[in-house]
Amino acid sequence: MDLVKLQRQWVDYRASLYKEGFLDEQFTQLQELQDENNPDFVVEVVSLFFEDSERLLNELTTALEQQSIDFKRVDAHVHQLKGSSSSIGAQRVQTSCIAFRNYCEEQNVEGCLTCLQQVRLEYSLVKTKLEYMFQLEQQILSAGGSSPM
Amino acid sequence: MDGGCSDDVTVEIGDEPHVLAVDDNLIDRKLVEKLLKNSSCKVTTAENGLRALEYLGLGSDKRNTMEGTASKVNLIITDYCMPGMTGYELLKKIKESSVLREVPVVIMSSENVPTRISQCLQEGAQMFMLKPLKQSDVKQLKCYLMKCRG
Repeated sequence: MDLVKLQRQWVDYRASLYKEGFLDEQFTQLQELQDENNPDFVVEVVSLFFEDSERLLNELTTALEQQSIDFKRVDAHVHQLKGSSSSIGAQRVQTSCIAFRNYCEEQNVEGCLTCLQQVRLEYSLVKTKLEYMFQLEQQILSAGGSSPM
Repeated sequence: MDGGCSDDVTVEIGDEPHVLAVDDNLIDRKLVEKLLKNSSCKVTTAENGLRALEYLGLGSDKRNTMEGTASKVNLIITDYCMPGMTGYELLKKIKESSVLREVPVVIMSSENVPTRISQCLQEGAQMFMLKPLKQSDVKQLKCYLMKCRG
């Protein structure tokens, strides 16, 4: 595929992620932090986010499976996930964490379980989309273009 | 790395301010570190209050004798919500220390809670910043630091 077409594809794809609320302004901030000294900064931070989120989601699943649920613990994990998603601009994940925290405060198990499902969904959506965007970036670089980030 | 403090070993060109950044969130630590480095600061990160105090020489074992020694950091920036010791508790410990009380402490939080903010400022925090931090926030900090050094 030719370079110009790839670049346009990337730009359009990125724009759609913002339009659909998957990403917000904070992701732009992240991109602005990337420079020649740290050409992989965005990918590095996002990869950390993926690892950390997966860990937290597993912890949340376990915590909510307990006979006697420790809601403080559940809330602490959600708080972490809310923080990281906010820091990288994963807006829909962040928003779903807010509802989750409210149910934790109410000690509402059903509410929490529903929210966990929702957060998992939003997380896997943004992960797929970001991975695709990084893939496009790689194709651009392979075709001889410079990083569109 | 044992997950304690990570020290940035860069050659000091000129007078780079040294900032200690404390946050239990891995992603936030990486971000604040990059933001500070982009503003030409030397950065050390700590994942919790205890590690931060150890680095500053206020650890429980009190191995360091810090009488009259200037603090090794020019600024401490810490998250408020941390398990174990909160940023507020860390602030208090720093302000209680004769060696460290002059070091400006900035508190960060993802939550905009007015009582929390005034509590921190009353305890001597230099500034309160809302997360996620932006480059413009850090530029502001850097300006403040450069003014401090005259």
